[in-house]
Order: sequence, then structure tokens, then C-alpha cells
Amino acid sequence: MLRRMLALVAALAPLVAGYPASAFSLSEIAPGVYAHQGETSLMTRENAGDIANLGAIVGDEAVAVIDTGGSLIEGRAFLAALREKTQKPIRYVINTHAHPDHTFGNGAFLETGATFVGHKNLPRALAARGPHYLSAFRAQMGDALDGVTIVAPTLTVDQIMTLDLGHREIVLQAWRTAHSECDLTILDPKSVVLFSGDLLFLQHVPVVDGSLLGFLDVADRLAAIKATQVVAGHGPLPAPWPKALEDQRAYLMRLTADLRAAIKKGEGVGTAAKTAGAEEREKWKLFEDYNARNATAGFAELEWEGP
Amino acid sequence: MNKAALSAAGALFALVSTAALAQSTPDPWPELAVDIFHSRPIATADGVIALDAPARAEDAAIVPMTMRFADPAQIKLATLVIDQNPMPMAAAFTLGDKSGVGFIETRVRVNSYSNVHAVAETSDGKLRADAKFVKASGGCSAPAVKDQDEAVANLGKMKYREFKSADPARREAQIMIRHPNSSGMQMDPVSRAYLPAHFIDAVEVFQGDTPIFKMEGGISLSEDPTFRFTYAPNGAKTIRVEAHDNKGGVYKGEWPIGEAS
Repeated sequence: MLRRMLALVAALAPLVAGYPASAFSLSEIAPGVYAHQGETSLMTRENAGDIANLGAIVGDEAVAVIDTGGSLIEGRAFLAALREKTQKPIRYVINTHAHPDHTFGNGAFLETGATFVGHKNLPRALAARGPHYLSAFRAQMGDALDGVTIVAPTLTVDQIMTLDLGHREIVLQAWRTAHSECDLTILDPKSVVLFSGDLLFLQHVPVVDGSLLGFLDVADRLAAIKATQVVAGHGPLPAPWPKALEDQRAYLMRLTADLRAAIKKGEGVGTAAKTAGAEEREKWKLFEDYNARNATAGFAELEWEGP
Repeated sequence: MNKAALSAAGALFALVSTAALAQSTPDPWPELAVDIFHSRPIATADGVIALDAPARAEDAAIVPMTMRFADPAQIKLATLVIDQNPMPMAAAFTLGDKSGVGFIETRVRVNSYSNVHAVAETSDGKLRADAKFVKASGGCSAPAVKDQDEAVANLGKMKYREFKSADPARREAQIMIRHPNSSGMQMDPVSRAYLPAHFIDAVEVFQGDTPIFKMEGGISLSEDPTFRFTYAPNGAKTIRVEAHDNKGGVYKGEWPIGEAS
């Protein structure tokens, strides 16, 4: 009896994850350039981790996938949607950084035989964080996390690397620690579309998991990239480039100024985290989820400034 | 499938999940009390020690914790324990005689939902504890080093800050030490080797030659360990720090004590 009941429970399991794979939207934003907009939300069981923007670039011979989503379920939905657009081989799966909403779908692409590509620090970041991500996200994602594995890149980018997809050469660039310690951007010169990964947030409050000052510096240097449109890591797509950088810059500048003032006054990190950046509250979604965290990490970083 | 079977399955599912939940988060405190405090009785704080902790760990890698002492003269040792961490004993502070330490604030990593205990050993040899529950951080926040190259490049740098003390009889200062304080428990996916642990295990802080406190700690302290505290000045001209890590690294600093208190 117990065995039958357990089998029944197992049979019910796939029904309880409410993510409709058929609803996965993938739009062609430029000839041969596809993008999927994630929901501006935290990763949950209901959205199967589908909160980040994903993309694909199709050359004459092959396809490069850019990020894979926040679960195996989403990764599979992405692969299925992509297969409806093109049957060309997927030669590369590029991760813009280590965060779960961008890498948890990697496992879905193992069967394609693609080479996984990332920043030179990505293997190390996945090693340091992967096991924590897998256990921490179980609580909020439940069975939507089933089957997720940490897949590290075998091809890594030190500075700049060009990948040929067949009459379409895309440019991968690795950056100093900014949003994270393994941020990578992808430029398609043919369509002049830039995939910024989480070096750009739109509407979703920026998340600082590397260096506040590094983020400001890199975002300024990104502006020099010759693109006309950008697919941000989160938020509406495509967006005009480099104008899309403006709101994020204002947020990071405000946070930095507030934290410097708090440090100068001798405030503690806990107090400063409650107030720094507050002026930006109404401009962003998920502000309550991330601002105090950004302020905490930023405080610990900026505290080292000066004599 | 009939309704009865469904509800039975539902009940079983609920039972299984509850059991799984209970199994994944047993209260480790009774065992920690045995391991760290050798089964000695631990009384409630009763105002002797108080722990300030945020209700939620905003950044899992940097969670401020403050231990406050009503009567510093009574406190010999103050221990901070993050119950659910892989190495729960975060830091134990032995206070110097007449150091007059009114509070010590430091930063820790909090891996998951956890009770945090602050345990004081008073001069009569008794233990008293205050505890707070800290919710884990959300999103992609991990209790990991932010920039490993930077952490290694700056290894051992120190910074000293002074603050205006709310208590005229005390001075307030902060010691900061650049160190990755890394757990080393993660496996490198390429080499399949475990990265070696590298963390600060002892920090001694003196005014002149008189100890203010000695801290013994481990990987639950945040990277770039920092200690903000008050102390009773003894007329010494400098604050001096000596820190040691588990690989034999020794880091020293000395700064003049400012005029204003």
C-alpha cells in the first residue's frame, strides 16, 4: 500500500510545478537574434526560475545560446522554443555570469553537445557558490529545482574572444569585478545588438554581488561599445543603447554617495543599510528585496576608501 | 483516480514534506552546547549580555552582529555561535581585565535560516546566553568571497577608525583586516580538488601593551574581518593589533590613539 501511495505521489509531482512550457516566448529582435524576457520577480516554484533574459544568435552554420534560465524546466522550454526557430547545431552555450537565474538551465543543453563558455572566473565562482545555490533555492523553488546541476564552462574568456557561427562572428568580453566577479558581455556586430548580462538592469533594481565601484566603472566603459540595442540581464528588451544605462547609473551613484556619507558620519553597517539609496525606492521593482543587500556589501567595500 | 486516493496521497505528501523539513532543520543547539560549552548549564541572558542581529541576513556574506555587555567588568569571555553554519563557532572574545569593553560588533556569514547565540562567561564562571533568529538572505546571495583575486591581492592590509563614543568614559574604535577568510570547502569543478581553507583564527587588540580583547574565530566570520568596540582608555598612546591565520600568516598594525574621545 505504502509503495503504491509513494508511486502516486511521484506521479503527481510533475503536475505540481505550474510552469507552462508552452508559454515560453522567444522573439526575433533582429535577423538571426532571438531573446526571451524573464519575469521581473524572485525565482519561485511557480515561475520555475524564469526571471532573467535569455538569448540566442544564429549564424550560417551554428547557434550560440546566451544564458539558460533558472531551472532545468526553463532550460528545456528554451531549447524547445529555439528548436522551432532553427535546426542548426548549438555550438556554444555562453553564461554571462554564475547566478542561478542564468545558469540553472545549463543541464538542458548538455545533450546538444555544445561547448559551455564563460568568464575565466566562472568555474571558480560556480565552485564556491554552486552547492549553496542548490540548497538555498530548494526552499523557494521546491520541485521546480529538480534535476538542476551545476555545469561549468570548458572554454573561458580572459579578456576578449571571438566565436564564429558561420559568417557571423560574435565578440565576448570579460570584465573586472562589477555586478559579480565573472561578468561577460556578448556583442553581435552584424545586428549591433549587445547582450549585457547583469551588467545592466532595467526596472529590476540593480544587484551588486561583486563591487559597487567596479559596477559603476564597468557600466561607464560599456557605454563605449558600438551597439544600437541592448538585451539587459533583466527588464524590457530590446532597449536603446547606450541610453539604457542611465537609470542604473543614477541608482549606483545615489547608493555610493549615501554610503560614503554614512561612513563619514560613523554609522554602522546595519543602520546605513536601512537608509542608503532610499531616494531611489519608487523607481525600481524588487527594491525591498535587494537594496539593503547592495547597501550592506557596498558599505563593506567603501569603508576601505581613504586613509 | 478517486477522491479518497487523492486526499490520502495529499496527506502522505504533506507528511513526507513535513518530515523532510523537520529532518533538514533539526535544532543543533543542544549538541553545540555540549561541544562548545562542555555541557555546562547555560542560563538566560538576564541583561548580562544582549545580542543585536538583523531579522534577515540581507547579504549572506556580511551580516552584522553586536554583543553588548551591561557590566564589562563581569564578562570574561563572549562567544558568538551561528547554529546552522558549517562551522557554528564564529568567534570567541576573551576580554582583557579592566578593558571596559561595552560592546563588540563584527560581521558573519549566515548560510541559512539560523538561530544565533551570544554566550557570556561571567567572572563567577557562569554562562548566560542571548539568542536571535536570523532569516536567510533571498535571491542569489551566497556566503562567499566577492572577489577572490582582490582578496588575495590585499591580504593582511589593515585599517583603524575611531568614532565619537556615546559613553564619555569609553572610546570607540574599529579594526579592519583584509583577508578572504575563505572556507575552502568548495570543489574546483575543473581540477576536482578541494580549495584549501584560508582564514583568520586569532586577533589580539591592545592599548599600549594591555590587552583589550583576544578573538579566536573561524570561517563564519565575513571576509575582511572587522571589529568595532568600545573600551576604557588607560592612557596608552597607541592601539596595536596582531592577527594570525590558519596558514601561519601574521599581520600586525599599530596606530596612534586620537585626542578626541
